[in-house]
Amino acid sequence: MTGRIQHRETFLLNIAKQLGRSPKTELPRPTWQYQPQDRVLKDATKEELVAVLKKQCANIHTHIVISDTAKLSQDLQSVVDNYGGKSVITWKDERFKDYGLSQLMTEHWPQTNIELYEWNAQQQEENIRQAEKANIGITISEITLAESGTAVLFSSKDKGRSISFLPEKSIILIPKSTIVPRMTQAARWISEKIRRGEKIASCINFITGPSNSADIEMILIVGVHGPIQATYIVIEDR
Amino acid sequence: MAMKTSDDRFHHRVTKELENQFMRSAVSSAQERFQTRRLQQAEELGHWEEWRAHGEEIRKHVLENLDYYLYQLSENVSKRGGHVFFAQTAQEATDYIQSIAKKKDAAKIVKSKSMVTEEINLNVALEELGCEVIETDLGEYILQVADHEPPSHIVAPALHKNKEQIRDVFKEKQGYDQTEKPEELALYVREKLRNDYLTAEIGITGCNFAIAESGSITLVTNEGNADLVTALPKTQITVMGMERIVPTFEEMEVLVSLLTRSAVGQKLTSYITTLTGIKDEGDTDGPEEFHLVIVDNGRSAILGSEFQPILQCIRCAACVNACPVYRHVGGHTYGSIYSGPVGVVLSPLLGGYDDFKELPYASTLCGACTDACPVKIPLHQLIHRHRQVIVENEGKAPVSEKLLMKAFGLGASSPTLYKMATKMATPVMSPFTKDNTISNGPGPLKAWTEARDFPAPNKDNFRDWMKHRTKGGDHK
Repeated sequence: MTGRIQHRETFLLNIAKQLGRSPKTELPRPTWQYQPQDRVLKDATKEELVAVLKKQCANIHTHIVISDTAKLSQDLQSVVDNYGGKSVITWKDERFKDYGLSQLMTEHWPQTNIELYEWNAQQQEENIRQAEKANIGITISEITLAESGTAVLFSSKDKGRSISFLPEKSIILIPKSTIVPRMTQAARWISEKIRRGEKIASCINFITGPSNSADIEMILIVGVHGPIQATYIVIEDR
Repeated sequence: MAMKTSDDRFHHRVTKELENQFMRSAVSSAQERFQTRRLQQAEELGHWEEWRAHGEEIRKHVLENLDYYLYQLSENVSKRGGHVFFAQTAQEATDYIQSIAKKKDAAKIVKSKSMVTEEINLNVALEELGCEVIETDLGEYILQVADHEPPSHIVAPALHKNKEQIRDVFKEKQGYDQTEKPEELALYVREKLRNDYLTAEIGITGCNFAIAESGSITLVTNEGNADLVTALPKTQITVMGMERIVPTFEEMEVLVSLLTRSAVGQKLTSYITTLTGIKDEGDTDGPEEFHLVIVDNGRSAILGSEFQPILQCIRCAACVNACPVYRHVGGHTYGSIYSGPVGVVLSPLLGGYDDFKELPYASTLCGACTDACPVKIPLHQLIHRHRQVIVENEGKAPVSEKLLMKAFGLGASSPTLYKMATKMATPVMSPFTKDNTISNGPGPLKAWTEARDFPAPNKDNFRDWMKHRTKGGDHK
């Protein structure tokens, strides 16, 4: 269904008039004189990018764990324990299985009184209720920006937005292959997708650590409306 | 709150704000921290001048082709199920938003921080309908509870209040019974607002950058409030100033990189979110209905004029943090939601010279704002141009301007006037001052000092200048 557009013609005509020309209906893609963004971390190897990411995590109050699929279950378990366990909400995502987490999530947690809720597109109200009461939300980064320490999440019916915002703690799994120098590469990837005529997610989150504010006397408070604590787990062999 | 925040005369505001000791020390320490962080980030990024040049070329290109990009944006929003309303005036915008609130029978509306909604006085329009409107940005929430105090800084709206005052406001208005520790205050607000996100019928946001190629809007926050405002209520309304648009994600990324560094000295803020249309089929969270309201409200009159560069502004407040006059008088003195150098330029353009004709004189024309601007707006030149326009319109220069003209432009024909006008320039000029003469001045002094040394301003303060200025007439 397409939406309504109101009062566009007069509005745009007025702009063109102010600019002293007739309305523009065609415009070639601009060529820019400057492109400083390509220089940042230009020749960095994956290893170097992991090191940059690790260092940046200290600036953004985010705990970072370097892991691989062989020890991911164990590492995830210890982060969940540190966060006080209780209840976990995750996307519905095949990758958890691929990362060897099925046994931990579906067998071990229920046996040890950690409640697991998997996002369910058929249960809309329940999804929000569960996300609101969950202690921990677990998501997966699609593109990871080393320079800023940012995970990029794409929403879908199985990947609810609320999982990374409502729970008090956020754990984001970061496949090493997703790490790029900076936001430039992510933006370019998304832009190319749009130019190919593909649909982009209705919500794309660039998440850089837990929520925070310095609105009171410029004193940094970590944890405001979104998560209070955050951990990234890098999976080296994915 | 409308754009104009005070009916007090300008010199009354100045006098009043100069008495506010906490505010004055909070402002100067905030300015220092913001500045230090911004410079650190610029240094770490490297090639900062090239970044600024790129930011500038993007913004200029967009303004030159604004009708094209707004057309493309509206087409793409519509394709993704969103409605677009072009509002020529503040009234048209608020009427439209009121009509949605009525249709949705909205009792509660949650909002994330937005300057343009302040500018069009949206909250009052919605409260007239009986809606409860809740600001969710921590600083904005504090001001709202404190009987709708005006913001004093574009990025840190509650900068003028200390934690004890905030505790007392919550105590008096809401029975808050904990301490003044910022963490406790924030946790209190977190818990209080959680239920509001879940029960509000409508979420309202501003827009940092709209993206024409996809019909997306980009929201930049640290608190995560904008994400809850847009994920949970069933109806989302986004209000954008018509110039806040970029061609593609690639330019959005460049401007966000400039914005977060210049505003708060972060590589990126905690949450940068791009939202496209209504939620997808099967999605749980996200709006079922989305309205994008594109506001002109005086902006098109700036297009094609010599003030067009002010529309390049990305609202980072780096100019505010660099301004020696803001440092002395704080945000409320400007009497506008837009304070500091950007406010000096923008307020008279959007709100008229009648209400804001003193503002162009709240500047030393030192050019620190221009140097700080990440998209290279020639702020101090625009401020100077305002003064010329005022002189042309009124047929005579207000006394205060004579002082400044004589002092900075025409030389020291009267030593007393010269002294008065230049007192406030001391903190800015001090880095360039040697043996009481200025030999390598910035901004407007450059042309002068290239040829000769300029006598250094006396080391007195703005108060003296103000005292003389109010004596000299031009009372409004």
